[in-house]
Amino acid sequence: MKKRLWFSWLVLLSLLLILSGCGTGNTTGSSKSNAQVQPQEIIVSAAASLQDSLTELEQTYRQRNPGVKLTFNFDASGTLQKQIEQGAPVDLFISAGKSQVDALNQKNLLVKDSEINLLGNDLVLVVGKDNTDVKTIQDLTQASVQKISIGTPESVPAGKYAQESLIKLQLWDTLQPKFVFAKDVTQVLNYVEMGNAEAGLVYKSDVQGSTKVTVVATVPADSHQAIVYPAGVVAATKNKQVAEDFLKYLQSPEAQQVFVKHGFSILE
Amino acid sequence: MEFSFIPILLSLKVAIASVLIVSCLSIPIAGHMAKREFLGKDVVESIITLPLVLPPSVIGFMLLYVFGKNGPLGKLLESMFHIRVVFTLWGAVLAAVVVAFPLMYQSVKAAIESVDPNLEKAARTLGAGEFKVFLTITLPLAWNGVIAGFVLAFARSLGEFGATLMIAGNIPGKTQTMPLAIYFYSEAGMTWEATILVSIMTVFSFLVIYGLNRWGKGSKRRAKRGSLDD
Repeated sequence: MKKRLWFSWLVLLSLLLILSGCGTGNTTGSSKSNAQVQPQEIIVSAAASLQDSLTELEQTYRQRNPGVKLTFNFDASGTLQKQIEQGAPVDLFISAGKSQVDALNQKNLLVKDSEINLLGNDLVLVVGKDNTDVKTIQDLTQASVQKISIGTPESVPAGKYAQESLIKLQLWDTLQPKFVFAKDVTQVLNYVEMGNAEAGLVYKSDVQGSTKVTVVATVPADSHQAIVYPAGVVAATKNKQVAEDFLKYLQSPEAQQVFVKHGFSILE
Repeated sequence: MEFSFIPILLSLKVAIASVLIVSCLSIPIAGHMAKREFLGKDVVESIITLPLVLPPSVIGFMLLYVFGKNGPLGKLLESMFHIRVVFTLWGAVLAAVVVAFPLMYQSVKAAIESVDPNLEKAARTLGAGEFKVFLTITLPLAWNGVIAGFVLAFARSLGEFGATLMIAGNIPGKTQTMPLAIYFYSEAGMTWEATILVSIMTVFSFLVIYGLNRWGKGSKRRAKRGSLDD
């Protein structure tokens, strides 16, 4: 009885090993035979705010370059930075803030001199569609505004810009009890859309698709550091050429116009 | 963001409140479900167990929808009791209760079902009413399952992240529980601070679970001794 049990475990183990071996075996087998038509794939880690525009641009790029497969990983810039630091197989990184790219540069994780500032953006104050109380940033101090959502300043660039500008406008301390810090700008927008926060600070580009919020004011650009979206090729990339090519495409006038359509601004 | 020990306090408050509520709810409900059949029982059971399978962020989203400012229960609580759940510690408790309830419920129900029905019948023949039977025979004999469920519920409540983040939000000092603090410290590059909290949480959880299990073992020994003495 004991021998049979032992034998069954051995069979199960060998089956598992064979199956896991099969997985890797297939890919190397097919790549050997399809060497010429092998789709080149790059993984692009991009800030959450770029989702709509990059998805649109991916379509056009793929039509022009049929042999290329683009996989996007959208998340908060801080999370993406951490993933790259831990060795995630990313080829291109587009951040919503400089500090994440600087941190990666310090660790030599980005290809030297590949960094360029891709886009700009504006920080705007949004409120629920039916809100008539808040018309300016100063109105945030009103009692009717109970909760204001912004990105967590330490990990979300939009949150950091919001913090900078509110400090400059001398409202940060007064509004402190009202803040709810979100994990990314999508969550901020969600809170305002569903009415759980009366107001939020997000990028102009984030509001484009939303029908449930209104933009009441644009935060003056001089109250915070310039909002730039730096992009860089990851040093550990196995597809440097494709990554660089796609990055170049993103800088083309055609691509830049798509970004403008989604609320971003072109840098001079 | 500065390092603070407040997340530990908040997590403890949430976990303790949560297990108390879950215990008060799961023991009678499990007792009822173990003993009675009724139309739609399977449907009710599936709904109760649902949070075990759903991802916490989905649970958080649903809670936000229902208890949010414009949600059905949210509006009710606000207008009738002036209670706000979203962005408060009660939101965190709610999230913890929802995810921990099925764990304790399953454990208690299984333990109740394993109690020898003859003992219960004997008690009834001696004149005990249903409630007395449950309290003096069923529950003490099912105590191991209750303790195990309690431990699971406590552990789950302490570690709740996804749903808590959505409905209670990240408000340092008010709703930033330990798991949230660890996440945001880590995201902000404050690795040292995150590690401190992780260590405290690990040691504390270990002690609680160890202690509760030892207590459970003690009562098991007492129950065994009880039956041998006959």
